[in-house]
Amino acid sequence: MNVSEDLDRRFRELAAVEGTLDVAYDFVDTPLGSLLVAQTERGLCQIGFDPEPERDLDPLARLFGSKVLRVPKALDEPKRELDEYFAGSRTEFELPVDVVFDSFRLRVMDELARVPYGSVTTYGALAAKAGNPRAARAVGMFMNRNPIPIVLPCHRVVGASGSLVGYGGGLERKERLLQLEGASLTLPV
Amino acid sequence: MMEAVAVPPFERFYVEHRDGVFAFLVRRLGRDRAEDAFQETFLRALRSYGSLKHASNLRSWVFTIAARVAVDDYRRRRPEPLDGDPVTEDSRPAYAELEHLADGLPPKERVAVVLRYGYDLEYAEIATALGSSEEAARQAASSGVRRLRRKGVQL
Repeated sequence: MNVSEDLDRRFRELAAVEGTLDVAYDFVDTPLGSLLVAQTERGLCQIGFDPEPERDLDPLARLFGSKVLRVPKALDEPKRELDEYFAGSRTEFELPVDVVFDSFRLRVMDELARVPYGSVTTYGALAAKAGNPRAARAVGMFMNRNPIPIVLPCHRVVGASGSLVGYGGGLERKERLLQLEGASLTLPV
Repeated sequence: MMEAVAVPPFERFYVEHRDGVFAFLVRRLGRDRAEDAFQETFLRALRSYGSLKHASNLRSWVFTIAARVAVDDYRRRRPEPLDGDPVTEDSRPAYAELEHLADGLPPKERVAVVLRYGYDLEYAEIATALGSSEEAARQAASSGVRRLRRKGVQL
């Protein structure tokens, strides 16, 4: 005898309310396709493009603990903010986040979080602001490994010549995010 | 030496066993009470999930929890004993004792023994828990019992 959808949903919500989960996650439909959105008790910990549960859940379990469960209701708030962002009515996220970076990377990600909606900066400029102007390549790598793209806006970081260079979710998505924000690729001098 | 299998994310464990556990509880408790017992079973599993060292026999593990939840449900529903009833010397339930004694058995035998002699389950139900035939469940239980008797445990 199979578990009804209703019982399944009630168990998942009860598990989230109990507060013993390491990670609650769900999938969100966006103009960029489905996203995996995951959070710990402390905040948003991962956003992933092209989610595949078979592949995505194990790394989450390794990083945060094995108690990983899909609980759509627990993700209502991040889903609402993402919906508003994609509808063009939200320019800043107010979600608590749970991401841990060390020293230089932390400074880079802090600077990244300050790049305003609708504008762009360069890998080199970000490296300089974080205190190491020659670390553009390292900054590129940090962007590539950004655990919460969109919310931490690595799509707003481009090459010195104004070319898009790269994006963890694919260049086409980077372009669409910049278009959505009405960003012009004319760089500040 | 059994190879240690990494504990899967809870989601995968839950999806794999939810229908089997539910069917088992419906059989034990009836449809109405099975729903609460189902939630309680997976909540208990979730609470201890983080301290699991390996994933061998997660199926037996969760069915043992389900069996315990079913017994607790049954005990809760029994009327309170009247005043003046003789107090037994050791009020620890049989299954708790047995779970402890059976700790050293191979996993399948352990589950079969605990479910049969601790919880009084039918072999057909134990077979559901083990994911095996009724005959295999019977054999696991009897081989487990022989092993315990050799260690001097009275059953």
